[in-house]
Amino acid sequence: MIPARFDYVRPGSVAEACQALASDEDAKVLAGGQSLLPLLRLRLAYPSTLVDVGRLPELKGVHDRGDHVFIGAMTTHDEVVRSPVVRDGCPLVALAAATVADRAIRHRGTFGGSLAHADPAGDLPAVVLALDGVLVARSEEGERDIPAADFFVDYLESSLAPGEILAGVKLPKLGAGWGFHYEKFHRTAQAWAIVGVAVALKRSNGAIAEARIGLTNMGPTPVRARAAEAALRGVELGDQVRQACEGAAEGTSPPSDLHAQPDYRRHLAQVLTHRAVRAASGSP
Amino acid sequence: MPRITVTVDGIAYEEDVEPRLLLVHLLREKLGKTGTPVGCDTSNCGACTVMLDGASVKSCSVLAVQADGCDVVTIEGLGVNGSMHPMQRAFHEEHALQCGYCTPGMVMAAIDLLRDDPEPSEEAIRQGLEGNLCRCTGYCNIVKAVRRGAQEMGRTVSAP
Repeated sequence: MIPARFDYVRPGSVAEACQALASDEDAKVLAGGQSLLPLLRLRLAYPSTLVDVGRLPELKGVHDRGDHVFIGAMTTHDEVVRSPVVRDGCPLVALAAATVADRAIRHRGTFGGSLAHADPAGDLPAVVLALDGVLVARSEEGERDIPAADFFVDYLESSLAPGEILAGVKLPKLGAGWGFHYEKFHRTAQAWAIVGVAVALKRSNGAIAEARIGLTNMGPTPVRARAAEAALRGVELGDQVRQACEGAAEGTSPPSDLHAQPDYRRHLAQVLTHRAVRAASGSP
Repeated sequence: MPRITVTVDGIAYEEDVEPRLLLVHLLREKLGKTGTPVGCDTSNCGACTVMLDGASVKSCSVLAVQADGCDVVTIEGLGVNGSMHPMQRAFHEEHALQCGYCTPGMVMAAIDLLRDDPEPSEEAIRQGLEGNLCRCTGYCNIVKAVRRGAQEMGRTVSAP
């Protein structure tokens, strides 16, 4: 379908963009448009104005900042995947971003856009949550840091205030001894994850010292698999890992849709967590 | 209405466009570039794939205003002096199409894939074309065509 009418502005700076958003509560940010345009075409969204921030240089690029990597919100998935800074500093992000949709969509879709969209079926929210990333929001009042745990509020809802835009994300670099994996189960190559599991795992002397696990599409927001994280602590790599992953779906409220019922998603969360933990630990 | 300038298949255009106009509709309805079809309207099928500043995009998922100042290449811009691009010829020779609806997007996506991987394996081709659907299920011949096209293009590039 053809989208409903809207106005379009392309501000020259983040400050101008914030101004445009603050002056019109029905205005919406346009990043790469890969989530928003399908919504507009289905007429599920009726913004008055699209504020196109996709080209703002101050929102683009990947920066190595010592103890963390900063990814500008308008950096495309393709740029994230290709970035040596991301590959070295945050391999989990590169692994997961490479699985987002397909090549053409990764050329347009942005890292910040898919986080601000806050779709729990998106791959990157669970990754940023697992890594305890910090989202940097900017408004006319200035800048504030939002921990990932406080950013995802509900289905397609973030804690960005009206007039605020996501400028970028700080992702802590995890040092030596960490392994990573993103495991996703989807119906067709480019479909949304039915369930996805992001794992960062620290090994020490043949055992798991620490596991951080983010779950995709296991509730209205991305969630941490806290029970499995606790159960995995101290577990030796081997047969006990499977048992420790059995609590992966604990405390989640997975959705029911045409792809899967909640009980199936809970089952998937266990199985995929086990696979992801094994892969992240370097086990075959 | 915003005025945009856009180069399509080597020709510069200046157009007044409604903000809601999709790139694919600009191409087809304003510029007459009907070689790029609209397939699914849900960003799934990839039939409308074109190059935007050298990288593949689904033109149903880009607003015309977002292409302002950009360079677009469609399936119609591939051939030189009436002869087919090596990838087009490979699709023709390997019979990589039945109804042909997905073909323009397949060809564009295949050429895009070769930017990263000039000699893709079968698996790399299947993965690289995951965003393009063929409902005649002609994938076997499409894969063959992409391999042949890649070889032909390699030959063209490495020829003295």
